[in-house]
Formats: sequence, C-alpha cells, structure tokens
Amino acid sequence: MDWSIIDVVSWVLIIIGGFSVIAGAIGVLRFPDVYTRMHAASITDTLGAGTIIVGLILQAGLTLVSAKLFLILIFIFFTSPTSSFALAHAALSSGIKPILDNDLLKDD
Amino acid sequence: MHSLSLGVVLFGVWLILSGHYTPLIISLGIVSCGIIVAIMQRMDLIDHEGHPIHLTWGAFSYIPWLIKEIIKANIDVLRLILHPSLKVTPTLLRVKTSQQSDLGKVIYANSITLTPGTISIDVAKGEILVHALTKSGAEDLLKGEMDQRVTKMVGEGK
Amino acid sequence: MIYSAATAALLVTMVLALIRAIKGPSIYDRIVAVNMFGTKIVLMIAVLGFLMGRPDFTDIALVYALINFVGTIAVLKVFKYGDLGRAHDDEEPL
Repeated sequence: MDWSIIDVVSWVLIIIGGFSVIAGAIGVLRFPDVYTRMHAASITDTLGAGTIIVGLILQAGLTLVSAKLFLILIFIFFTSPTSSFALAHAALSSGIKPILDNDLLKDD
Repeated sequence: MHSLSLGVVLFGVWLILSGHYTPLIISLGIVSCGIIVAIMQRMDLIDHEGHPIHLTWGAFSYIPWLIKEIIKANIDVLRLILHPSLKVTPTLLRVKTSQQSDLGKVIYANSITLTPGTISIDVAKGEILVHALTKSGAEDLLKGEMDQRVTKMVGEGK
Repeated sequence: MIYSAATAALLVTMVLALIRAIKGPSIYDRIVAVNMFGTKIVLMIAVLGFLMGRPDFTDIALVYALINFVGTIAVLKVFKYGDLGRAHDDEEPL
C-alpha cells in the first residue's frame, strides 16, 4: 500500500476535523450559558466543517464532486454566522442576560 | 455589467450541479439562467449590494487573512475548552465601525461572528455589540485590524 | 478506515449535541444544539458518501445544508413572534 502525499495530508485534515468537532461538542456541554455555547458551536462550524470538507476535496481530486463539496463549504461559511447572529439577537431581545465577567460597556 | 456577471455565475453553478452535458440540457440551463436574470432585473434586485462584483479583487487579499485569523482563534477556543484550569471570561463590548455602507457593516459583522470567540449580537448606527468569550479576544478586536481591512476591501473598488 | 473514524467522531458529536438539546434550560440552548446537529448531518452525509464509494451523496448534503439554514431561521422566527407570515422591521434597537 503506497501512500501519496495528498492522501496523508487529507487524512491529517480529516482527523483534525473529527477531533475539533468532538472538542466543540464538549464545549457545548461544558460552557455555562447560551452565548458561550454559541462560541463552541461555531468551532464545529468553521474548523470542523472546513477541515473535513477540504480533506474530502483532496481525496476526490479535480472532479465534479469536489466542486460540489466546495459549494457546501462556501454555503456553510456564509450561513453559519448569519444563523448565529440571528440566534444571539433573538436570545438577547428575549431577555436572556449573558453571564459576564466584567462589563466593558461602561468603559467606552 | 451586473446582469452579465450574475448570469455567468448562475450558469457556472448550474454546470457544477447538473453533471449532464448534452447540447439539449445545456441549452435548457442557459434558458433558465436567462429567465432568472430577467426576473431579477424586473424585481430591481441587481445592484452593487445584491451582487457585489466590485469586491472581487479586495476579497482575494481579505479572505486568506480571514482564514488565518479563524484558525488562530479556533486554536485559542479549543485550548479554552480542553484545558480544565483555563476559565472563560465572557465580555460584552461595543466596537466602532468605520464602514459607511450597509454592505461593509454586514461583512464586518459576519467576519466577527465567523471568528470563534466573538459573536456580533446587534448592529446599530456606527457600532456593533459583540459578545466575546475571553477578555483577550475582546482586546484583539478593539485594536481594529479587522475593521481597517474590511474598510479597505469595501472602499477600494468604488 | 479514515472515513469510518470520521463517521464515528461525527456520531459522538451528534450524541453530545443531542444531550445538550434535551438538557438545555432555555429554548435557545436547544436551537444552538439542533443547528449544530444539522451541520454535523451535512458533514456526515458527505463522509458517508465517500465511505460507501458513492460520492453522489454530496448533492443530498448540499440540499440538507440549505434546509438546515432555512429551518433554523424559521424556528427562531416562530419562537420570537409566534407567526411566520408577518414582516418585522419596526423593532427597536437594543
């Protein structure tokens, strides 16, 4: 079994992706309130999804499948901040106060 | 100009998604792209905001920088999650925006949210309310490098 | 082999997200968890396509990504206004 360099790179990327996805899920379980959980969920949307899909693109080579995977990647990168902004905005306007360590609002 | 580039982009997406390349099906694809462009012209949706081609060259230098920032921020947040002794210090802050157009503000707010560790919660006139996971992340944002880069990208093409 | 490992990682993540969705004290915790769950499904469909040697599955993943986004926004709108039909652009800034 001969391993080309592209295979190794894509495997490393997929493993990083799987690891960061699990870490993000642990963060979603560990963090104390909605807003901090959203940060953990955004890890799985950016680093996890990005590395896994780039790894799959490297495996697929220059085909139609890799172009579609690239479209999925672009789509996730456009919609993930939009939906987390909508979530955070809705949570704040429904009166859930974030747990704060210190408040910079007064400073400036 | 905008209609033409929109048509080309639509047709490119169609080519990627379809996968059937016989003359009949390709001509049907061209016709449907043309119909969509015509409908969008009637709805008056084709402008520099709905289809920002003037940002293309700026985006080529902005997106790699953004990806680099995202990876750096990801590593920070991953360390926070997996290291049991590091505590989160959630912070709420207001960031000044120097962009004038709505498009620039949207790009800036989305870039803030896309970077893990900071989420934009509310966009008001001239400032964005941001929730940051740590105090150091908030201080990085207050330095305003991302703000300058977005302003440069939006402003260059005009 | 590597695809199986990725699928297992995604499954573990989905179980953890489900735990948060069941436990979550507020409705927004649940929506965060379900949104994350949806993104993981998109990734898992893509990985499963490669695992089974049928990369055509990426079409389904693309459609699921679209539905997941629209679904999250729709659920948020229902819980915020109790109605899907009206347009709300008269809300006061926070």
